[in-house]
Amino acid sequence: MNLNGKARRLPQNDDINTDYIISGRYKFKIQDPVELAKHVMEDVDPAFYGRLQEGDFLVAGRNFGCGSSREQAPMAIKYAGISAVLAKSFARIFYRNCFNLGLPAIEVDTDKFAEGDELEVDLDNGLIRDKTKNIELKIAPLPPTMQTLLGDGGLVEHFKKHGGFAL
Amino acid sequence: MGKTIAEKILSNHSGRDAKAGDIVIADLDFMIGQDGTSGVAIDSFRKMGAKKVADPSKIAIIIDHSSPSPNEGVSAIHKKIREFASEQGLTLYDIGCGVCHQLTPEQGHVVPGDLVIGADSHTCTYGALNVFSTGIGSTDLAAGMISGKLWFKVPETMKVVYKGKLPKGTSSKDLILALIGKIGADGATYLALELYGAAIDELSVDARFTLSNMAIECGAKAGLMAADDKVMAWVKQHSQKKPDPQAADKDAVYKQTIELDAAKLEPQIAKPHTVDNVCPISKVLGTPIQQGYIGTCTNGRLEDFQIAAKILKRKKVKDGTRLIIAPASKDILMAMIADGTYESLLESGAVAVTPGCGPCVGTHNGVPSDGENVISTANRNFKGRMGNPNAFIYLASPATVAASMIEGKIADPRNYL
Ligand code: SF4
Repeated sequence: MNLNGKARRLPQNDDINTDYIISGRYKFKIQDPVELAKHVMEDVDPAFYGRLQEGDFLVAGRNFGCGSSREQAPMAIKYAGISAVLAKSFARIFYRNCFNLGLPAIEVDTDKFAEGDELEVDLDNGLIRDKTKNIELKIAPLPPTMQTLLGDGGLVEHFKKHGGFAL
Repeated sequence: MGKTIAEKILSNHSGRDAKAGDIVIADLDFMIGQDGTSGVAIDSFRKMGAKKVADPSKIAIIIDHSSPSPNEGVSAIHKKIREFASEQGLTLYDIGCGVCHQLTPEQGHVVPGDLVIGADSHTCTYGALNVFSTGIGSTDLAAGMISGKLWFKVPETMKVVYKGKLPKGTSSKDLILALIGKIGADGATYLALELYGAAIDELSVDARFTLSNMAIECGAKAGLMAADDKVMAWVKQHSQKKPDPQAADKDAVYKQTIELDAAKLEPQIAKPHTVDNVCPISKVLGTPIQQGYIGTCTNGRLEDFQIAAKILKRKKVKDGTRLIIAPASKDILMAMIADGTYESLLESGAVAVTPGCGPCVGTHNGVPSDGENVISTANRNFKGRMGNPNAFIYLASPATVAASMIEGKIADPRNYL
């Protein structure tokens, strides 16, 4: 899998929680993921959604996605057109939810990626290229369970295909 | 080599000799969803092409987060949940029954040794009953409902030992805030906690729930405790199910062991806007407060309100401030009425809302204004958590909240004992 897009960073780097990703105000009201996505990161950076282009990467620091179990968080990110989340580390439930939705969450040292950098994520070869800076970073291979879920396009598709868990 | 509690429970439920790091597919004893997550779970269930849940007796959905419904969007989600529950024959706890993490143990759905998932991050609460319970997302819940199983990565465990006895005026809330302050919001990510020590042995089961409840606030997957006599007696009183308690082996392997001295503890406060921004109360005494909240799955139990009522007795909530209370369940509300706690708190000026999550998550009542400071017994103080990103939330014990409401500023509960 090869993904291309721009790095999108937030004013806060570490501990971006699921309340920031999508506020409780919206997750309870809005059932349409496309509408929900318009409010992604609103409390941390009101201009964030407006800046996004299809395929962009959300780039952050440590403990991304901590807090609640709301699947509306990765859902809002995915429907905002973001193709993968790159962070130094992830909170556990959020990480799981991403792959269940078919959204790659990749652990990598993100310090070098600046807002607007052109990135290429090459999952098969375990590489991220920053084309703006002309640097290349290695990433650890995804755990096999996550590869299977991603390959199937998420847990819903996995269940449709196999009629249950085939991990 | 010996096993941790997590390794034992996940081995028992997967039929494998499971060790930390293994991926297992395990049978679930119980699973829950709430009104903020179950709508998506039902959508996933349908998208997966399922017609029937594997076992309706192992599933409960609780309408607690935004209840009663404040608007038509939420009403539509509630309707969808009610219809699904009735179609599938699941247990439904409708508005006013209480918070999911109070009802699940209180109504006897979980017992020691169980493996439980919930589409809510604070599902780790039942660790106090020696249950391996953990929060997952909505699509995982859908998969669990369909297959009765879920995949787990068996976690490594961090052992936490609280030495000494809690001083007067402190509680289990101060114990867990101190731990989170020490190890940070990601200090136990991917790990299970096992919590021990003299300070814990002395706590009631209700007070222990507060500790396990907040395990997720340092990233932990579970907040496990031993099933001692108190736990076994509590469970017998609440459930007909047969417990299968699991103790860690003497030679179990821990990733890390942490010791904290409970005897030296001051009341603790988590300052805005992160739960690990913890300090002793002496550092923030006098901070003005406009709103107090006592309730939630962390501290909305009978003894929490009894402590608050004792401190507030024959005193008043400071003029110009407001104290909101929300019992964590209807049973707790009834007990508060029966023993006079409810009347006493109302006399002091508290305002009561429906048993459930109350103002915790900012979806219906009790939203603070711009620039206001709130002191709350909840488990999260993220920016915007209570519905307004321009408000500031301080987390504390019920005793600290009660004392602070008398003075209209952060106050030390030890002065009111
Ligand atoms: S009381 Fe608060 S933390 Fe607990 S389940 Fe409800 S919203 Fe979540």
